[in-house]
Amino acid sequence: MKIRTVKYMFRQGLVGLWRNRGMSVASIGSVAASLVVLGLIITLVLNINNVAELTQMQFDSIQVYLNEGLDQNEVQEIGQRIGSIDGVQLVEYESKEQALKNMKERWGEQGYLLEYLENNPLPNSFIISMETLEDADGIVAELQKLEGIDEIKYYKEIIENLLKIAGFIRTVGLVLILILILVAMFIISNTIKLTLNARRQEINIMKYVGATNWFIRWPFVLEGMALGLSGALIAVLVVYFGYQYTFQIISDRFTVMVSAYMIGTRAMMHTTISMFSVLGAGVGALGSFISLRKHLRV
Amino acid sequence: MIEMKGVNKVYQKGVQALANINLKIEKGEFVFLVGPSGAGKSTFIKLLLKEEEPTEGQINIDSQDITNLSRRKVPYLRRNIGVIFQDFRLLPNKTVFENVAFAMQIIEASSKDIRRQVPMVLGMVGLSDRASQYPHQLSGGERQRVSIARAIVNNPSILIADEPTGNLDPETAWEIMKVLRQINRRGTTVLMATHAKEIVDVMQQRVIALERGKIVRDQQRGAYGYED
Repeated sequence: MKIRTVKYMFRQGLVGLWRNRGMSVASIGSVAASLVVLGLIITLVLNINNVAELTQMQFDSIQVYLNEGLDQNEVQEIGQRIGSIDGVQLVEYESKEQALKNMKERWGEQGYLLEYLENNPLPNSFIISMETLEDADGIVAELQKLEGIDEIKYYKEIIENLLKIAGFIRTVGLVLILILILVAMFIISNTIKLTLNARRQEINIMKYVGATNWFIRWPFVLEGMALGLSGALIAVLVVYFGYQYTFQIISDRFTVMVSAYMIGTRAMMHTTISMFSVLGAGVGALGSFISLRKHLRV
Repeated sequence: MIEMKGVNKVYQKGVQALANINLKIEKGEFVFLVGPSGAGKSTFIKLLLKEEEPTEGQINIDSQDITNLSRRKVPYLRRNIGVIFQDFRLLPNKTVFENVAFAMQIIEASSKDIRRQVPMVLGMVGLSDRASQYPHQLSGGERQRVSIARAIVNNPSILIADEPTGNLDPETAWEIMKVLRQINRRGTTVLMATHAKEIVDVMQQRVIALERGKIVRDQQRGAYGYED
């Protein structure tokens, strides 16, 4: 295709957008709305997945907090007893100093907050890796019989629930997104239909003079894509500022513990921008395609 | 050159529009297609433009079998066939120049070629001084001449005219016929479907008469032959 043809296509596309500005705005709005909802769902699902993954990585194990003031022999004996329980794969000792260091690492950028602690509130502990998660209940029952143990932490239910919630949101989200995308596509295809009607005569002439179908199609496809991409741009901005704001509030008002588990704004936007652009342009192009199908049969 | 061999066209509702059409139109001929409404003239033209497919038979244009031409190649076939209609079909928001140039833009001609070719064809149809006017500023005859200019600007070998004088008074109709004849003299095959008895009788060209989908008469230097 020649450059002047490309210019021609873009000009025609713009003319179409401007001629039906009312419907254009409606289309952009509907794409934006759909994508914002999509963004909301994606943020939720991705974050829940992230939390579930992190939790699983950190707590795919049982943590046993020891009483304060045990001597080394007592600690060792407890360790051996734990090691002999069925289903236990590995027992690791974590001193309170080590625990604090690890926590600092986990908190990343916000780790400096831990430096102001007067004394280390973390206990000495054993971290038990299990052969399978299913053994957890049995192992915990055995652990409860031991002495010198302050608290047993295990997160089987939390992990399972998190995964369940993520799955649920994903399913509901998918259905919702599908509906919204269809609505957006329908609205765009109607907008394109208006342009088509305004230019029916032109298209008719083009067909008789020997314009190829793609020559006729491109301006409309570009118009649709412009609608979709504009909607996507708005949605990206809304999601970006919305997410940043939420992230900020959670870090400020709640604790860093929560936001440390959230995906960073930047990483989030990488996913969103590429996904929205593709979806917006795709929905727009498909919308035009649908309305063009009939008109090209001359 | 146009050639039809045993062409049948039956529409979906079972209407037989054309039945066993055999004919040959040589390059450079001027042919009138006459017959009452519903005789199959429109279908005849639609088959040539690949707007409709024949139910049976074979159609050749310039020695190329277009019967099984793929959809993608139809535009290129049409670039070799100019068409004009009774209702002119000009774009109201484009000037005369732009209307004609449009046909060249569509086939991706260079703007240099457009600037050279459009004034030339406007000269041929006698509209050199109207280039910057809009269709609504022109008379019916002038509008039809613009549509002729658009139809021939890409140098097609065939010009199809579907009732080109139907909306014009007799005097203006003759102006149009002069232009068509002039184009024909330059070597373009002209096929004109018409009800204009006087024009057909005076022009003394080949006449093909259709009735109920059949060729009932094919006559060199023929006359219209109907009383309407």
